[in-house]
Amino acid sequence: MIPSLFDYFAPSTLDETLLLLDQYGEDGKILAGGHSLIPAMRLRLAQPEKIIDIGALRPQLSYIKQNDNNIVIGAMTSYYEIETSTLLKETWPVLPEATSLIGDTQIRNWGTIGGSLVHADPSSDLPAVLLALGAELVLQSKAGGERLVPIEEFFVHIMTTSIEPNELLIEIRIPKPQGQKASYVKLANKASHYAVVGAAVVVSLNQGIIREIKIAFSGLAATPLRAEGVEEALKGQLPNDAIIAAACKECAAEVDALTDLHGSQEYRRAMAEVYAKRAIKAAISRNLSLIRL
Amino acid sequence: MKRTIKLKVNGTTYERAVEPRTLLVHFLRDELGLTGTHIGCDTTQCGACTVIINGQSLKSCTAFAVQMDGAEVLTIEGLAKGEELHPIQTGFWEEHGLQCGFCTPGMILTSYELLQRNPNPTEAEIRKGLEGNLCRCTGYQNIVKAVQHAAQQINNAATESKASPVEAAKVP
Repeated sequence: MIPSLFDYFAPSTLDETLLLLDQYGEDGKILAGGHSLIPAMRLRLAQPEKIIDIGALRPQLSYIKQNDNNIVIGAMTSYYEIETSTLLKETWPVLPEATSLIGDTQIRNWGTIGGSLVHADPSSDLPAVLLALGAELVLQSKAGGERLVPIEEFFVHIMTTSIEPNELLIEIRIPKPQGQKASYVKLANKASHYAVVGAAVVVSLNQGIIREIKIAFSGLAATPLRAEGVEEALKGQLPNDAIIAAACKECAAEVDALTDLHGSQEYRRAMAEVYAKRAIKAAISRNLSLIRL
Repeated sequence: MKRTIKLKVNGTTYERAVEPRTLLVHFLRDELGLTGTHIGCDTTQCGACTVIINGQSLKSCTAFAVQMDGAEVLTIEGLAKGEELHPIQTGFWEEHGLQCGFCTPGMILTSYELLQRNPNPTEAEIRKGLEGNLCRCTGYQNIVKAVQHAAQQINNAATESKASPVEAAKVP
């Protein structure tokens, strides 16, 4: 289908973009990689009156680097750049791994990490992974300058975030690993590869005992969601299959799980338990293999 | 309001005024007459409309033509050198990598990017690399063979000419 009419702006600088957002943020949408927005516009699920194409900012907002405390990723960094990043493979390999499961080759060339976060599709993978990793998001506006938002406070509801209409997401900051290991596994829809349910786990062990663990689900509910009950049950434990199974048992029973043609509420709750167990074991075995080395 | 864009498609520079909502695939087919780029699903899944933008594959139903201002576009029409087929096209010919041919332009251009990034892919890497292209006839077996055939030809030609396989297969 053909998208509805819109006014098109192609700012060449960040300042110009923020100015346009200030003027048109309420009726406008940012076009970055376009791989969430254009499909929605083609179906006329989205009919923005103004499109602000930030393609020209790509050289400026596409990077993966590190400073003393954080891995920092520019909001326009593509999935392909994340998937092939040597720095990420050495620090948080879960990010390239999870990214390689998104869509397909062509989609990963164009889709961006920032677009995925701001679009906030509940079935998207990186929001859950970044929630487990405890990322912080850098938002910028003309009026307010920079605003730092912990990812826990970013997702509000399906495709709704706490970003203001005049703000642009410019950077994602992820604390560097300090001995933790991470994993992400998902039950993917066969056609789109979107997560029916996925689980991200970040864990650190001390002599085999779980010191810290964070678990986050994709696809399960309206927003990516932490499994705090499971985290509490596992902290301080020497994990084995039985302990992990007990901690995960019916862990999504109380969750207001999504229900759609890809999976009923009941099915998603059941799969959340299965995938939580798999992700926990994958993250722990990664830790143990490190200890054995 | 129309907007003027200038872009290079298969080595030729075009300047056209386009409505911003025009999808790239419609621009290529309806404005430039390059109907080798097919429209299959119109939902970013099937890959029949795949083209190469500045060296990267894109499903051209998922971009606006205005975004391509200044870009270099390669479509299936730009792959052969006159009568001489590109080795990937030869591979699909020799290994019978198509039946109806509808998915073929997209398959070939995605394979082009795959071999530019990885001139010696394993079978698993070929299958993973082509996951964004759907074929409803052959069941992929011969498509994989076609890409393997192409990789072999490209590597042989590269050895003969002492070039890298990436350069040997690259379309200028």
